[in-house]
Amino acid sequence: MKGVERRLLGCVPRWVTVVLGVLAAGQGVLVVVQAELLVRAVAGLDAGPLPWLAGAVAGRAALAWVVTVVAGRAAARVKRGLREGLLAVPGAGPSGAGSPGGRVTLLTRGLDAVDPFFTGYVPQLLAACVVPVVVLARLVSVDWASAVVVAVTVPLVPVFGALVGMRTAAVTVRQWESLRRLGGHFRDVVAGLSTLRAFGRAEHQSGVVRRLADGHRRASVRALRVAFLSSLVLELVCALSVALVAVPVGLRLLEGRMALSAGLLVLVLTPEVYLPLRALGQRFHASAEGVAAAEEAFAVLDTSAGSPVVGSAGGRVVAGGAPEIVLRDVTVRYPGSREAALSGVSLRVAAGERVAVAGPSGAGKSTLLLVLAGLVRPESGRVLVDGVDLADLDLEAWRARLGWVPQRPHLFAASVADNIRLGDPGAGDARVVEAARAAGAAEFVAGLPEGYATVLGEGGAGLSAGQRQRVAVARAYLAGGDVMLLDEPTARLDLRSERLLVDAAVRLLEGRTAVLVAHRTALLGVADRVVRLEGGRVAGEVARGEVAA
Amino acid sequence: MKGLRGVDGSGAVWGAVRPHAVRLVGACAAGAAAELCGLGLIAAAAWLVARAAQRPELAALSLAIVAVRGFALAKGSLRYVERLAGHDAALRALAELRGRVFDALAAARPEGRRVRDGDALTRMVSDVDAVQDLLLRCVLPAVAAAVCAAAGVVVCGVLVPAAAPVLAAGLLLAGAVLPWAAAVAGGRAAARAAAEREVLAVRALDVLEGAADLAVFGAAGRFAARAGDAAAGLERAERSAAGVSAMVAAAGLVVQGVTAAAVVWAGLGAGAGEVGVAVSALTALVAVEAVLPVASAAQRLAEVRPAVRRVGAVLAAPPPPGPLPSASPPSGPLEVELRGVGVRYDGGGVGLDGVDLRVRRGGRVAVVGASGAGKSTLLGVVAGRVPVSSGSVLLGGCAAGGARSPVRGLMQDAYVFAATVRENLLLARPDAGGARLRDAAARARFTEVVDALPDGWDTVVGAGGRGLSGGQRQRLLLARALLADPPVLVLDEPAEALDPVAADAVTRDLLESPGGATVLLVTHRLAALDAADEVVVLDGGRVVQRGRHDELLAVPGAYRDLWEAELLAA
Repeated sequence: MKGVERRLLGCVPRWVTVVLGVLAAGQGVLVVVQAELLVRAVAGLDAGPLPWLAGAVAGRAALAWVVTVVAGRAAARVKRGLREGLLAVPGAGPSGAGSPGGRVTLLTRGLDAVDPFFTGYVPQLLAACVVPVVVLARLVSVDWASAVVVAVTVPLVPVFGALVGMRTAAVTVRQWESLRRLGGHFRDVVAGLSTLRAFGRAEHQSGVVRRLADGHRRASVRALRVAFLSSLVLELVCALSVALVAVPVGLRLLEGRMALSAGLLVLVLTPEVYLPLRALGQRFHASAEGVAAAEEAFAVLDTSAGSPVVGSAGGRVVAGGAPEIVLRDVTVRYPGSREAALSGVSLRVAAGERVAVAGPSGAGKSTLLLVLAGLVRPESGRVLVDGVDLADLDLEAWRARLGWVPQRPHLFAASVADNIRLGDPGAGDARVVEAARAAGAAEFVAGLPEGYATVLGEGGAGLSAGQRQRVAVARAYLAGGDVMLLDEPTARLDLRSERLLVDAAVRLLEGRTAVLVAHRTALLGVADRVVRLEGGRVAGEVARGEVAA
Repeated sequence: MKGLRGVDGSGAVWGAVRPHAVRLVGACAAGAAAELCGLGLIAAAAWLVARAAQRPELAALSLAIVAVRGFALAKGSLRYVERLAGHDAALRALAELRGRVFDALAAARPEGRRVRDGDALTRMVSDVDAVQDLLLRCVLPAVAAAVCAAAGVVVCGVLVPAAAPVLAAGLLLAGAVLPWAAAVAGGRAAARAAAEREVLAVRALDVLEGAADLAVFGAAGRFAARAGDAAAGLERAERSAAGVSAMVAAAGLVVQGVTAAAVVWAGLGAGAGEVGVAVSALTALVAVEAVLPVASAAQRLAEVRPAVRRVGAVLAAPPPPGPLPSASPPSGPLEVELRGVGVRYDGGGVGLDGVDLRVRRGGRVAVVGASGAGKSTLLGVVAGRVPVSSGSVLLGGCAAGGARSPVRGLMQDAYVFAATVRENLLLARPDAGGARLRDAAARARFTEVVDALPDGWDTVVGAGGRGLSGGQRQRLLLARALLADPPVLVLDEPAEALDPVAADAVTRDLLESPGGATVLLVTHRLAALDAADEVVVLDGGRVVQRGRHDELLAVPGAYRDLWEAELLAA
């Protein structure tokens, strides 16, 4: 058993394991009782036991029902725990399994694949441990000769299963790579269909698709021929064991050395010993996908355990009003990167001053804003707010004084109004409308199907880039802090949207301390002075007049 | 095969399966035979034991002894054969289906395609794979169950005629009523879970993607709680789904046990002997057990039905009007002319609005503007991939949009295939020789990339292959576009993801190189545009400025603003 499976099993509460074990024992007893009653009715040609038989059947059904419910609930609980854990892990990267999209897939579909492990494999594992023992105990008391045959052959099932499994694993690993390549071809050409069409190669690929799909079939069948061998072997072992028991029983009945009822009972009970073991193998294979998903989830949870939580800070709160912000020799290095994102940056932003930061991409402009927002902690150097170190400030209270307009603001799956009042959920409609007006968003919001109550789709779909930026400005305006951080809010806007946003920014920055990252002249005009960053260092300063010229 | 036909709009899907129907029937037969052997094994063993108790001659039993051993061996072997033959047949059908679906997708006109279509295409891939599930997990178990059920009723009818209707009723209950109920109740529970899953996905994306916004606005706790609520809601929905499957499993056991008991009762009532009662009772147990998997097959059928319907819809689309574009376009540059071209998207958005543009044969035009200004749409119109709502596009004086489009190039959705670097390039011109290949690579600054790859030109790249960096990938795509050497070359941000110096050098080279195609080039860097015959500035789908680089810099306006921004960021 791999570590992941052991860890998954560890997620099951102990009482669930105990309950499932007891239920498995109960099922084993009922299997015996049911067989006994059936044999008594048949061998005695007696309808008397039939109501009891029906009762035993009902009991078995009830137990099966309880098992599935308990296992299903345990699965739902474990998944919920994993989901909440994954939601709490910060810092999803931009792509791959760690990206927000990949994480969401893992959270929903990925973890759903874990179901078969809990509802199938775990109960079957307990049943495989308990039921054969119970049934075998009854067999011993009926006919010890048959019981010996069964007891000798039962271990063959796991032994053969393991042997064949090892052999096939080696073969399938070797074939896996080519299988994956052949199987992925269809996805590849469908994804690149427009490129094929653009170069007039779609027709040619049509034949290739069929040829490679056929190659994939050939390789698959070759691999399956070996993979199915394990079930074949197990099936043969079970079937032959039943035959091994049945034939001598028949001969002994013939010689009058055995009662019909005993013979029938042996015959009915024997397959029940092998059944749970054989089923365990199938359940194990069915849970493989879920185990892989769980492995991925555990990996994400483990990486987060090692990374420090950004933003646990001191408890000082400084008085309101537009503050002075001073950076002294601030150096920032992201984990896993040798180059510093910011190195020895010193900068003074006077109270109520608006400083623009310009420079090539990768110069550290956005990092500077993240440091000011307390989202990234500097490796060395200090950030002083009215003379108090940011590290000593109460981060919540500091952030309550911030307005933030990022380059790509996230719009939440909520109404426009709730998106605007993100920083102050108690804000009334009048304040929301006022903020929207100041941000130049009132006009387009009025044009939405349900105005401020319009629910924005996933990630705020349905709004243009410029409209999204203006919602973000309204958000910052309503939050009403005395420090504003703007990160290239006009970078992707057309000229008209840019003009509207710059007008809104003028209103937003009125009487506030502000740091804005900007490229385009229109927004730079809002600033009192422009600081150039290059390679993480301050490379000079441009007065406002020079920019406008 | 009934289950397959039962799915709406699956006639076209069935068409792809039909050529392999014989193999499929063979697999079904093997599966049914395996179930029958299981039935025979138990029936023969029961008969052997019950008859032996009456102490006949050994000879009377020898046939049953052989039968028990034979059935035991045959059951396992037949099951193996069934699984192999079933996968073989299903994969054959899948290969045929993939070919047909690819043809249908390739032939479909790309009417008003938007970016999101990429998702629909990749979903089609899993939809096609669902057909394999339909065959292996729905059709095959259903056929085997039906055969085994029929055989069980026959065995019962021969030995104890009175018990046969009882068994038939039990089998009907297990094989028809129970699956129907499972599919209905399970479908309802699954739909609820799917809805809750959707809610969780949206809220989780809010928490993960909007983490920075939430932290700064002090809303992280609130939104985390919202996502937690969604996770709890999903847990509740999953619990009720677990309840349904628990009921189905329990009901199956009840039906099995009650049927066996009722068969015994009927047999005893009819005065049957020990042998008959024993064999019919055990036969009933095995027959019902063989039928029980139909319930999960029915649930699976409900799940794959929408996928099969989507595949059917793609296949049922009318055949293409003409042949697919051929590999080799006519040679020599062509004049490009746009007259009052407007593009309107389905959602009401405007892509282009009254654009007039004329590029002489062999001319070099650069298109600039903010994102969303309509640059890529303009190239799409010239390439015939975006249908125009008004106005017309003329290539060499003829209306564009024919099957043999003379326009090739590098578009935003250009794709690197899982193949060698050489194959990825030769896609553009399969008959190109080594010299041409190297020349295109050199012009795209791709040669140094190839030299750095472990297997050079034979390195496998793309999905599952070696990863290329953004800049390497871009140079591969540009080299491919240059190798195509079409009459009209359209390039959408050809130097994107290259460092500024290299980007400007590549752009200048593309604009300056003598001879060759008419070039339309979209770029966001202006430094090399003095090499262009004309620069067109788009904004909001309209041409707001046009002229040579230095002319545009001489007047205040959008182009000069962009230029100053670029100088500032340099």
